[in-house]
Amino acid sequence: MPSLKDLKNRIASVKSTQKITKAMQLVAAAKLKRAQDAATAARPYAERLAAVLANLASSAGGNGPKLLAGSGKSDVHLVVVMTAERGLAGGFNAYVVKLARQKIQSLLNEGKTVKVLTIGKKGREQLSRDYSKLFTSHVNLSDIKGNDFSESAIAIGLMLTKSYEAGDFDVATLIYSQFKNVLSQVPTAQQLIPAKAPEGAPSIDLGGAIYTYEPNEEALLEALLPRYINTQILSALLESSAGEQASRMTAMDNATRNAKDLIKALNLKYNRARQAQITKELIEIISGAEAL
Amino acid sequence: MADKLHFSLVSPARELFSGAVDHVIAPGTEGEFGVLAHHAPFMTTLKNGVVRVLEGDAVRMRIYVRGGFADVTPAGLTILAEEARNLTDVKAEDVDAELEATRLKLLALDKGDPKQFALQEQMAYLEGVRAALAN
Repeated sequence: MPSLKDLKNRIASVKSTQKITKAMQLVAAAKLKRAQDAATAARPYAERLAAVLANLASSAGGNGPKLLAGSGKSDVHLVVVMTAERGLAGGFNAYVVKLARQKIQSLLNEGKTVKVLTIGKKGREQLSRDYSKLFTSHVNLSDIKGNDFSESAIAIGLMLTKSYEAGDFDVATLIYSQFKNVLSQVPTAQQLIPAKAPEGAPSIDLGGAIYTYEPNEEALLEALLPRYINTQILSALLESSAGEQASRMTAMDNATRNAKDLIKALNLKYNRARQAQITKELIEIISGAEAL
Repeated sequence: MADKLHFSLVSPARELFSGAVDHVIAPGTEGEFGVLAHHAPFMTTLKNGVVRVLEGDAVRMRIYVRGGFADVTPAGLTILAEEARNLTDVKAEDVDAELEATRLKLLALDKGDPKQFALQEQMAYLEGVRAALAN
């Protein structure tokens, strides 16, 4: 039986933990709003760009530039794992890492060479146990303020296209957490390079007219593909950041509720112990008086 | 009254404009071009420069874009810009301050940093905005 003092200390400690989790939940909720707005604002551009690419790719046929047609092999795979910089966000990072593990393992089982590029600290930490030999490079997101990911997206995109041109890998797959809504973030694997035109994009009705390309299809595709890849990375970064905040908000909400239950239980225990002590003292006094 | 052209201008950050206009003049890499309603389907890359939106003969809006694409379909004109600013909304002082900040960031980087390229582009863009504001 813990003493009254011990119980009192525990209640105080749980209460202060509850304050912290509550504050984290509120901060995450505010950040989520901003991250969600940024992700929504970026959507029209991504959609239009995808439509333009689908249109161009269909008219270019199979003989587009290397970024679209592929290098003709699929021996070396680059797996890009995008996670958060911080933990305490429920299962957010773990789910992404789990999918990444499956992907890496299945590629290794097929006898492919796998390289891993990590974006965000948490994924690197968790994957380093088993796959640290496969790491090629890491992108740090910790010094990004707010949701200004555009510079990083361009830098990552440039790094990928450059090493692809240099023949460092044949296929790049991005693994990130897709933001469905506040309650569900779905870990998703998406092929980045060779670029895939989105399926099911509505074809544009030209009314019998013929498209004019200036300067020509190839030059346009060459200008468009790197941007398309950058945009995919940017939307993934934005969705991942929104998902992280949503996941943290839910996790901290649960933690706050747990703390509340715990405090209730501890208070009950404390009151019982106090009552027991009072009863004990009374019995001592009474039996002392009777003995006289 | 002639038919209207549906014009939308989007950048990765947001959709800047969407609506019906008379005439749009955009800076293509192969030269400036104007688009009216019922333009033939056409796609081109853009260079840094001013996109002018005309209502009748009067310039209604001037937007400075950084690279990107223009796509003309029977549905209208879509401009996908890397970055775009409405020139009536930006102030010269702000652009100057941003130019200075970008220059400092560029100086702080190590040689060969992948961000260098993006920052240099940003510098060129801001200088263009500044020049466009001056006249």
